[in-house]
Amino acid sequence: MKDTKVIELEEVTIRFSGDSGDGMQLTGTLFSDATALLGNDISTFPDYPSEIRAPQGTVGGVSGFQVQFGHKQINTPGDSAHILVAMNPAAIKANARFIEPGGTIIYDSDSFTEKNLKKANFTTDDPFAECGLDDYFKIPVPVTSLTVAGLKEFGLDNKSVLRSKNMFALGLVCWMFNRPLDFVEEFIRAKFSKKPAVVDSNVKVLHDGYNYGLTMQHMTPSYLVHPAEIENGTYRNINGNHATAWGFLAAAEKSGLELFLGSYPITPATDILTALSERKDLGVKTFQAEDEIAGIASAIGASFAGDLAITTTSGPGLALKSEAIGLAVMAELPLVIVNVQRGGPSTGLPTKTEQSDLLQALYGRNGESPVVVLAASTPSDCFHYAYMAAKIALERMVPVILLTDGFLGNGSEPWKIPTMAELPSITPRVAKEAATFKAYKRDEATLARDWAYPGMPGFEHRIGGLEKNETGTVSHDPENHHVNSEIREEKVQRVVDLVPDLEVCGDEDGDVLVVGWGGTYGHMISTVRELRLEGKNVSLAHFNYIKPLPKNTEEVFGKFKKIIVCELNLGQFAGYLRDKLPQFTYHQANKLKGLPFTVTELKEKITKLLED
Amino acid sequence: MTDLKYTIKDFKSENEVRWCAGCGDFAIINAVQRTMAGLGIPKEKFAVISGIGCSSRFPYYMNTFGFHTIHGRAAAVASGVKAANPDLSVWVISGDGDSLAIGGNHFIHLVRRNINVNLILFNNRIYGLTKGQYSPTSERGFKSKTSPFGTVEDPFVPGQLTIGARGTFFARSIDGNLKLSQSVLEGAEKHQGTSVVEILQNCVIFNNGIHNAITDPNHRADRQLILEHGKPMIFGAENEKGLIFENGKLKVVIIGKDGVTEDDILVHDAEEVDPTLHMALINMQLPDMPVALGVIRSVPAPVYDVEMEAQIKEVQQTRKVTCVDELLQSGNTWEVTGNNEV
Repeated sequence: MKDTKVIELEEVTIRFSGDSGDGMQLTGTLFSDATALLGNDISTFPDYPSEIRAPQGTVGGVSGFQVQFGHKQINTPGDSAHILVAMNPAAIKANARFIEPGGTIIYDSDSFTEKNLKKANFTTDDPFAECGLDDYFKIPVPVTSLTVAGLKEFGLDNKSVLRSKNMFALGLVCWMFNRPLDFVEEFIRAKFSKKPAVVDSNVKVLHDGYNYGLTMQHMTPSYLVHPAEIENGTYRNINGNHATAWGFLAAAEKSGLELFLGSYPITPATDILTALSERKDLGVKTFQAEDEIAGIASAIGASFAGDLAITTTSGPGLALKSEAIGLAVMAELPLVIVNVQRGGPSTGLPTKTEQSDLLQALYGRNGESPVVVLAASTPSDCFHYAYMAAKIALERMVPVILLTDGFLGNGSEPWKIPTMAELPSITPRVAKEAATFKAYKRDEATLARDWAYPGMPGFEHRIGGLEKNETGTVSHDPENHHVNSEIREEKVQRVVDLVPDLEVCGDEDGDVLVVGWGGTYGHMISTVRELRLEGKNVSLAHFNYIKPLPKNTEEVFGKFKKIIVCELNLGQFAGYLRDKLPQFTYHQANKLKGLPFTVTELKEKITKLLED
Repeated sequence: MTDLKYTIKDFKSENEVRWCAGCGDFAIINAVQRTMAGLGIPKEKFAVISGIGCSSRFPYYMNTFGFHTIHGRAAAVASGVKAANPDLSVWVISGDGDSLAIGGNHFIHLVRRNINVNLILFNNRIYGLTKGQYSPTSERGFKSKTSPFGTVEDPFVPGQLTIGARGTFFARSIDGNLKLSQSVLEGAEKHQGTSVVEILQNCVIFNNGIHNAITDPNHRADRQLILEHGKPMIFGAENEKGLIFENGKLKVVIIGKDGVTEDDILVHDAEEVDPTLHMALINMQLPDMPVALGVIRSVPAPVYDVEMEAQIKEVQQTRKVTCVDELLQSGNTWEVTGNNEV
């Protein structure tokens, strides 16, 4: 028998896992928020099935939520879990490969019945041996029966009782990590304020779980993770989809325009629509359209009418919006299209992350149809890139595609809250002189046209999808079309003066430059940091601006012996770089598993490249 | 704002009109320009939005704000325009292919939401711009370049579709009847909600004479029933015919025959919420029945863009968050202090 032990850790990764009806996303979120409030740096990763309720107890129905937190800087949700909380046998099977060697498994021993083992396709009565988890530290906890016993006096129906099981697990984990319960309690009270019985039962079970840890401390280890040393300021926890939504709110306020979102629900982008629908208080107009096409078409209409207009979607939806993006290119209207990328092609892996829409964003339209392409790189910097996407669209009269992904959209991290005052200015190109206004007259420096919308007397004009001359008259003149095609491309290229130089993390020159873009940043920076600690001569260049590329890209690349481009696709950015900067050789690290990179696998690839 | 006495010239753009000589569109644009000139709405508040097709070139010929969008999507673009600025008078110009084939989904949802725009549906029962293929309003058996042996499908009836989508306003006119077109367009602008105006339009090149049975000057008095709200449904060269409702159906009767008097004739009530009779009027076909023209349905209902603004105002009255800085600071936040700069 082990004594009580308190283990002091630099960082720890916990994975909550159970049936998709077990409430694991909520459990994980509450634990993460409570942890962030205590001052730990965190990074989270929800991993859930695309079925709302897949057959109960099966591996396909397992829903997981992983969080890494620590007292130093945390950039990823962790490669593998130190602690797995498993509510049923299927959760063991689904997560065996995500547990750190020698890790701890806390499981609901009541659910390890013959029936459930069979549902999870175990062939013996020892699921741990079957999954090769013999050497792991296992803590059986009769979660179901203790929950039932704890709620005996409450007179609740069986279903409601079992629904509270997750609170027992949460209480237990809170004890293990020394998290006070008040934040969770407060949340429960607010969420179920109209159902006092639900509040009471959940709070009771939460405390039962916590007290169970306390009482049984001879067998459950307790961990101490000190608060992180992070910059002073006011922080909040935020996920990428919320940060994206709020970035647009900030851009609307800064530019003095109303915000219009036309969108059709699609995983994993729907939360942006939800978050903005909640903000009627800030005057946002959200239009849940009849389809993806109407989502963007209504946004184009709102842009024509003078709003800051955006549309949000994921891969298949971007495909449906292609023709309308072309219209925005031709009409030269400000518009932001957000693509929260997911596994493709077709319906693909709707709830899993991927970076395989890069070429669709760059080229997926008929004709020469250039747009600005940006990519956010962490959950919280989705705010900044949404803001910048809106700024570029409004100041340059051009559609901008912002790429995020399921990992960023659903993942969360602490965010130092900015103030509106510190955000850069946004000056929409609203036309001023009716007498000299021409629909396609351009600013000499930026090539952007002026924006005049219905309601502005004297500015009546026509635009549309047909090729036009400067005055806005339809033109089939061959020279005019050639020149305009070049102008539209050049206009996008000139956005480079709003693009900051590419930063190098590490030395400015060396053996290997690791190149990434978008949502892989956390894993890339952690990888490069670890390699450098091992004395390897490796640096990172991570891209947020894809089109146009930062001005100094060539200069940065030229100072390294080897370049390796790491991305969650089969090499789309590498191919783009070969086209734009063909003088360099690009090695590749690619992954298409619907999952983020792990630091371990990236380190292996880069180490191998160093040795080759 | 001082002088709102416009003439038709104020609404003509500098662009050369490029429809085929004899095209029914000329008469329709004339009716629209005359209507707009007389509405008393400042010119800069008109937004004319079109899709793709012959009719959709319309905005280029109008001296208003205009947007020639993409095939089938004008209704969706216009929805965004009106939602963004409900103060505008938004007109959607579309055809039978644009609104009922490629844009069918947007059409029904525009009507369902009851967004306050006017949609003019040019119905010539043919694809003109692609040179003569059958359309979703072509009759079964219609022969065209893509149906050389006749179609094997039934057409949409635009009014049926409008009412099926819970439409609050439907009117029908004929390109050549400028006076009628103008009067229904005025009605459409006055109506709060989506107003669908079907105009039977003649494509002189690919479907010439498709509406001749209805428009034939020798027979039109017997073949057209021009409806007016509050007036009896009487038609015929001598105003001798009328409609009654019998056994759940509309029936043509002769006034003065079989004891029928003018009092027996149905009085048109465009404002009746129950769409039964409106649907029956829309469905009337030659040769047994006349074709119904004029404003067939015009009923009040909540308007999307009005409700959208009202909801925002209502929420804002009791709001706790008034700006983005407050939003960012709302909910769970925490202070980090005392750490050395890292």
